[in-house]
Amino acid sequence: MKIHIKGGRLIDPANGIDANRDVYIAAGRVVAIGEAPKGYSANRTIDASGLAVCPGLVDLAARLREPGFEYMATLESEMQAAVAGGVTSLACPPDTDPPLDEPGLVEMLKFRARSLNQAHVYPVGALTAGLKGARLTEMAELRDAGCVAFSQGDAPMTDNQVAFLAMQYAATFGFAVWLRPQDAMLARNGVAHDGQVATRLGLPAIPVCAETVALSSILILARETGARVHLARLSSAEAVKMVRQAKDLGLAVTSDVAAHHVHLSEMDIGYFDPNCHVTPPFRSLRDRDALRQGLADGTIDALCSDHTPVDDDAKQLPFSEAESGVTGLELLLPLTLKWAEETGLPLAHGLARITSDAARVLGIDAGHLAVGAIADVCIFDPAYYWRVDRAALRSQGKNTPFLGLEVKGKVRWTLVEGQVVYESR
Amino acid sequence: MWLDPSNPQLNKNGELHHLLSIEGLPANVLWQILDTARSFVGVTQREVKKVPLLRGKAVFNLFFEPSTRTRTTFEIAAKRLSADVINLAINVSSQTKGESVLDTVANLSAMQADMFIVRHAASGAPYLIARHVAPEIHVINAGDGRHAHPTQGLLDMFTIRHYKENLSNLRVAIVGDILHSRVARSQIHALTTLGCPEIRVIGPRTLMPSQVESLGVHVYEDMRQGLKGVDVVMMLRLQSERMQGALLPSAQEFFKYYGLTEDKLALARPDAIVLHPGPMNRGVEIDSSVADGAHSVILPQVTFGIAIRMAVMSILAGN
Repeated sequence: MKIHIKGGRLIDPANGIDANRDVYIAAGRVVAIGEAPKGYSANRTIDASGLAVCPGLVDLAARLREPGFEYMATLESEMQAAVAGGVTSLACPPDTDPPLDEPGLVEMLKFRARSLNQAHVYPVGALTAGLKGARLTEMAELRDAGCVAFSQGDAPMTDNQVAFLAMQYAATFGFAVWLRPQDAMLARNGVAHDGQVATRLGLPAIPVCAETVALSSILILARETGARVHLARLSSAEAVKMVRQAKDLGLAVTSDVAAHHVHLSEMDIGYFDPNCHVTPPFRSLRDRDALRQGLADGTIDALCSDHTPVDDDAKQLPFSEAESGVTGLELLLPLTLKWAEETGLPLAHGLARITSDAARVLGIDAGHLAVGAIADVCIFDPAYYWRVDRAALRSQGKNTPFLGLEVKGKVRWTLVEGQVVYESR
Repeated sequence: MWLDPSNPQLNKNGELHHLLSIEGLPANVLWQILDTARSFVGVTQREVKKVPLLRGKAVFNLFFEPSTRTRTTFEIAAKRLSADVINLAINVSSQTKGESVLDTVANLSAMQADMFIVRHAASGAPYLIARHVAPEIHVINAGDGRHAHPTQGLLDMFTIRHYKENLSNLRVAIVGDILHSRVARSQIHALTTLGCPEIRVIGPRTLMPSQVESLGVHVYEDMRQGLKGVDVVMMLRLQSERMQGALLPSAQEFFKYYGLTEDKLALARPDAIVLHPGPMNRGVEIDSSVADGAHSVILPQVTFGIAIRMAVMSILAGN
């Protein structure tokens, strides 16, 4: 299959390109940029005039809910949501049921995902058996089965000796360890940021020190062990500051933030909107602004969707009882564009955070469109407004605080390995 | 019925449709409730203690958390308004296994309920219910988690007004476990809305919510300092489970520093009144000699509570 993407504005942050260029694809790869190769005749031409053409998006955290939570979402529904959102590579956290702590589970997931012929799925393996934080998993076996990194998902890591040993072991093989900094004891029973809103609404609170205490432990252990550590889902200004200092001192850590966290704050909980029950919690406006700034200056390497589809039965409950999380795959692009525009950043700079930078964190060959690259492409209309409503979302999860809002940026075509896997009119 | 999403308690005419929290209610709505309650105090003292304002209406007491006192006062209030009262104590543990809150509410709505009185252990549960009930049904929050207990806050205002006439020249202290108290939050919102110029909250830092000053109060950690010159002392109940964690070392130490005793009360104005939402822990947050003493208005609070609940129900039924 040869596809000619014609007349679009090619934005390829990794190669510093932001210009009107045609893209020529053959046999699943980019074969030329600008001028057609000799003798090239396309099977299909996509008219991308007025549209942006960029590398397929790379999402560092998307829960596909299989195995174990098929009542909330299925691989089929969420893989469709991914490509509808322009996402062509995604890392899925190990917090399934059972967790991804055995090679067989990972192989099955990879196999099921591959058979759907949509986005590439990169499982993140469990760091400890059952995510219980006590016994290490067979990381090398899991890597051979397809895991690209190891994490605890949202499960707590209460024992620092285990964390220390897990990092040492992972470092032996050069594996990356992804941790969300949160001290489980300091966050115990909490559901909202310890600030004005939790005080007003009487919601059990999670103080910022729950994040920073854990973060300082992780940073020290990362330095001691030399492990490649990725800090997932930062939520506070203080954490951004600590990561900036650690990077300035030469510590090789990376970090990410969820796309909804650079837009919302504790204020958005309003009158107990359960769609604003997220992990980590939305914090103050000052924290949100620090996350936006940290993402702009590179302290935070990538944005991710932290996609967590939750069914209505688990979400339509009193705030503290509602399951946390938001559906996000289909909003990753518009929320990134919104952040970039509001921060005054060029489109290419914004897109880097969900393409080349995310691919670098993940350690995969994706997120760029040089000649020879795998033809994972997202073609979108950057000026198209659409309303986020239940019917517009392909994900089985309709749980997003952005319901009812207009967002800008709509995916028109998504290509994976040179095949059109999604198109919309 | 159209409900303003920015204020889910009011209908499009700005009238009370649900009573979920004092926060966000305009002062005139609060005054209306307090004035209406005053007229009902007379009813409760008559030989025939009934008025037909809610005749033919079905009021469901929907208690997801155990309560005797509040449920009973709501029941008495509804019966004095001639409503049919149905009491439902929903065992929370069996509820988590089976029916969700919204299923329960949907089923009861189908039984032609007119009003739900809701008590729930989770903050915000009455908002969830109010958002999902049929538009003609009214929801009254009878206490949700740590969030609000609006009828308690209103009956406290009624009590203060009864003894002090004017709220706009008072110094009020709220003492104890502010962090976990829905009563304190409702009292604070009611006092600020009704123009009380000085509200103090008194307690140790472990029982003080962060940035509580944003609610319009002054924080005192020393009870003696905080009680100086106040007109009203509002004590809070200290739940015994607070003693089990690391919030407080012991009931004895709490009583010594934050319990209301006669000598501490002597620092307040000579005509100060003492309130307590009940049930009291004598010897933990309040000394018996104060609870039963001349400054205590704790029993009248209970009587006024019935009038306040009658007022709220009759106003909702009329809107």
